[in-house]
Amino acid sequence: MTRDNIRGKSAIVGMATAGVGEAPGFSAIELIGQSAVKAVHDAGLKLQDIDGVFAATSNHAYPTMSVVEYLGLRPRFFDGTNVGGSSFEMHLLQATLALEAGLCDAALVCYGSNQRTAGGGLVSMSEPQWHETPYKPRHPITAYALAASRHMAEFGTAREDLAEVALAARGWANLNPEAFARGPLSKDDVLSARMISDPLSKADCCLVTDGAAACVLVRADRARDLPGKPVYFLGGGGANYHRSIVAMPDLTTTAAAESGPRAMEMAGVGHDELDLLMLYDAFTITTILFLEDLGFCPKGEGGRFVRDGRIAPGGELAVNTNGGGLSCVHPGMYGLFLIAEAVAQIRGEAGARQQEECNLALCHGNGGTLSSQCTVVLGSEAAL
Amino acid sequence: MTDTEKSRLGPQAAYEAFLAEGRFMIQRAASTGEYLFWPKVTSPSGATDLEWVEARGTGTIYAITVNRARKGARNVALVDLDEGVRMMSTLPDVETAEIGAPVKARIEMTANGPRVVFDLAKEASA
Repeated sequence: MTRDNIRGKSAIVGMATAGVGEAPGFSAIELIGQSAVKAVHDAGLKLQDIDGVFAATSNHAYPTMSVVEYLGLRPRFFDGTNVGGSSFEMHLLQATLALEAGLCDAALVCYGSNQRTAGGGLVSMSEPQWHETPYKPRHPITAYALAASRHMAEFGTAREDLAEVALAARGWANLNPEAFARGPLSKDDVLSARMISDPLSKADCCLVTDGAAACVLVRADRARDLPGKPVYFLGGGGANYHRSIVAMPDLTTTAAAESGPRAMEMAGVGHDELDLLMLYDAFTITTILFLEDLGFCPKGEGGRFVRDGRIAPGGELAVNTNGGGLSCVHPGMYGLFLIAEAVAQIRGEAGARQQEECNLALCHGNGGTLSSQCTVVLGSEAAL
Repeated sequence: MTDTEKSRLGPQAAYEAFLAEGRFMIQRAASTGEYLFWPKVTSPSGATDLEWVEARGTGTIYAITVNRARKGARNVALVDLDEGVRMMSTLPDVETAEIGAPVKARIEMTANGPRVVFDLAKEASA
């Protein structure tokens, strides 16, 4: 097996979400269970067919064990890689490897959290870093605010540019009935929101919601025999240099500058061919950083690039069409929801926000404090 | 504790022991001249002949944010030391400062022990 011959070898054949927004009365594992059952049903399979399990959460020290036990599975391959919100992009790559190697035949990737109704704050198992603790950084916003401060100082990015990202996300959310934050939002609303960590205000931060998501992958040859429209894995790659923000070599350039080209090269796709970008928007600055690092505009130009609604509904580039972590859903680790939206768009099931022809989507996951960067390219049969 | 005794500790414990004596010490690899922060058991290039040297204490602000809470505002900064390494810290005496501003380290005692903080360096007279 080589890097190049896993392109198109697996496909997402089932996808579901559960409890997006608020799910009072449900625990994290119950939401995971709901989304997993729906995803397996969507695939036209039975729970007992699942023999590969991939999971990461902020609630479970041993997520695959918890999922396996709760659903009564007996997998022969399992992987609980936890690289924060980017875990699920890496899980797609690992599931593809395991499927192609014959180590499993039907892989379930799943995640869930009830952090909103359980307390309303971000739940994290992330342990404090001793060299940062004396300065009381707020995890994770301090890190992202530091990156934003540097981007502004180096490139002249303005708070108005960050606001464009929040406005675009809300514009898309208003077309998505599942999105948690809907309704009008003006540039003044964003700019006058309460400052939390300069230069990031509350409106620059992702939501704190409940939510679960799950998908099922099988080998591509088997996918064609199942009832749904397969969404093929075309490429994937990761890159990671640091954990703590203090160890990030350049706060204006993330490791997406490596993971993106890796995934796109494996997929054999160019920037102009992509119909949809799903970029992890934990904060408004991350969308700008990833547009730059993934090569959609030069380094430093991201703020100017998003002006005038370029990534909003009706703009020239479709980005985060579900409303993103900023306005749709963010239960703590958002990466699997990027994939859920790409699948919905490629299948043509995205309702009012459906892109006319969506054959190729890039999902970019971010984990930790701009730390782990994982990119996947997904496509329709036409893109194979 | 003597410096020799400190050098037998792990890098974190040694750093904290120096700090408790009022000394801001960082590591340097004897063979390559690389400086390290935060303290570790190896340099980025793999050198393990690490020795403790007194930090010059001078640097510039690389990035800064102000955490605003009901209890008040406090900044968190990343400071590039003139030795070429970066550390997280704070400037306790100002609300915020310009990125690129020169700063000078001092050790501040807190309820949780000593920590290295920074002040804006006095501008050279024009």
